Amino acid sequence: MIEARGLLKRFGRVAAVDGLALHAADGRITGLLGPNGAGKSTTLRMLYTVLRPDAGEAWIDGASILRDPLEARRRMGVLPHGAGLYPNLTARENIEYFGTLHGLARAVRRGRTAELIRRLEMDSFADRPAREFSQGQRVKTSLARALVHQPRNVLLDEPTNGLDVMAVRTLRRLLSELRSEGHCILFSSHIMQEVAALCDELIVIAAGKVIIQAAPEALKAHAGAQTLEEAFVRLVEREQAGAEP
Amino acid sequence: MRSIWRVFHKEFGEALRDRRSLFTTLVIGPLLMPTLIAVILSLAIRHGGAPSRRPFALAVVHAERAPQLLAFLHQYGVRIEPVSGGRTAARRRVGRTRGPLLYVPEDFGAQLAAGKPAPLRLYADESSRAVQSRVQRLSALIGLYGGTIARLRLAARGLDPQLLVPIALHPIDVSTPQSRAALALGMLSYAILFTMLMSGLYIAIDTTAGERERGSLEPLLTTPVKREHLVYGKMLAACAIMTISLLLTVAAFAIALRHIGFDRLGMSINFGPGVAAGIVLGCLPLIPVGAALMTLVASYTRSYREAQTYVGFVLLVPTLPLIFANIMGLQPRTALMAVPSLSQHFIIMSLLRDQPLPGLDVAISVLVTLLLGVVLMFFAGRLYRRERLLG
Repeated sequence: MIEARGLLKRFGRVAAVDGLALHAADGRITGLLGPNGAGKSTTLRMLYTVLRPDAGEAWIDGASILRDPLEARRRMGVLPHGAGLYPNLTARENIEYFGTLHGLARAVRRGRTAELIRRLEMDSFADRPAREFSQGQRVKTSLARALVHQPRNVLLDEPTNGLDVMAVRTLRRLLSELRSEGHCILFSSHIMQEVAALCDELIVIAAGKVIIQAAPEALKAHAGAQTLEEAFVRLVEREQAGAEP
Repeated sequence: MRSIWRVFHKEFGEALRDRRSLFTTLVIGPLLMPTLIAVILSLAIRHGGAPSRRPFALAVVHAERAPQLLAFLHQYGVRIEPVSGGRTAARRRVGRTRGPLLYVPEDFGAQLAAGKPAPLRLYADESSRAVQSRVQRLSALIGLYGGTIARLRLAARGLDPQLLVPIALHPIDVSTPQSRAALALGMLSYAILFTMLMSGLYIAIDTTAGERERGSLEPLLTTPVKREHLVYGKMLAACAIMTISLLLTVAAFAIALRHIGFDRLGMSINFGPGVAAGIVLGCLPLIPVGAALMTLVASYTRSYREAQTYVGFVLLVPTLPLIFANIMGLQPRTALMAVPSLSQHFIIMSLLRDQPLPGLDVAISVLVTLLLGVVLMFFAGRLYRRERLLG
């Protein structure tokens, strides 16, 4: 469970995230939706404790990201935007290294790594050095690395970027499985079909603020639109019109 | 503490796996430098050594026409090699061998007996420095021989030969093989320290600027490891690589210098296993300083390339005191032992020369250098707490 209140982050004089509050529940996939520059990545980066908010607070399963960042990090797995691997290590070693950093015993980390490799269909490249990987293979490895400590909460920043159809399907299936296992999944995207296909709950943000948080159907009804895309465009435009009278 | 070890383990292991950079840091540096220095040193000893005392060959045409002169030259270390042929043959021979070649004309003996200037022809290709110096020596020797004859002639005529010597200049060369080699040996400590620091360059950049450029830093920061522990582990990995490099370099020097032949010159260059171990121990405290300095600078840069440029400059900082010491001819003093890298230089030199430094001086060097390393590492750890690090 992820909870945030009044998150604020300024870069210079611009507030990239401006008093943002959100709630992502266990056993649900929550989509963070917004136009480019809306503050999706900044919000996630504050949640996964790489950036420190200028104001506000957030909790990962009750662990404060400000007061107890190490505990918060233990409770989440993160796939950052454009996640990089260690080129001289194999996929398996990349995953196991993160297991080590999470303090997993050798046998546990080996077993989990093997299981993730199977689950993400990585057998063909698991023992090759990462420098040779395609974008899809890189994302799969990064994802496995983020899940090796079996985090209750999973945060993903535009996970389908640069993936082919097959890889996207594998990813979707994995996220659905994680949901049914009761994990809390929060991911950002600007691709409507993807969000429509996966999410139980949507958070639309623009200019660093939450416009609405609702289930997809409720969102469409609220905007008076037939499709999710139409609803999204209307909501964002209405917000921008309101912001610039 | 265990997370530091985990990061160290991975970074060190990954560095060992990168064959190409490993080759440059652990093979080229530690082997190339000692070989280079050994060659320079042996050249300095052989060629820098007093040229006036080294024998050389002189080809002579018609040696039978000037037996006394040649006997005189022989006394002064000139090996006479009689050759046959006329003037053209002599000229051709010099074109090939560059000379010098002495041609004694037919009228040499007659002119000498008549008390007139006796002609001699000296062929040489003076574009060669070695030949040039031989020609100078020959001219001086033949001038000396002529002077002797002149004095005998004056004496025979009842005049004081000292009339010919209004001034007596005695150039005295006080250089010894030791002092000439000492200059080259000054480079030895420079080479050891520079190679040691250099070997940490790749891993220091790769684990900081490289990690950020690859985009693996952000995922790393989401693991439940304190940021300063991450950077401590990385710096320790750089330290480990530098330690291996130091061991290899000093071992290579110990082997290479044995083949130079200092003993032939009566020099006591003392580079046995004990001294080698002493040098390694003396230099070890400088390793954390180098690793932390390079990590600090590389962390500030935005890309791998930028890091290479700046860290390259940083490498000069620890070597500057050595250059100043060489120029200013600084000698070990207790106060100077508080200057990192300079004090390591003094320790190396004192071990090589077998002139032990006071224990207090060594202790100051070790403690001050280690302390600086710890402070720098602490700052590098603090730096990793900053957000700007993500670039």
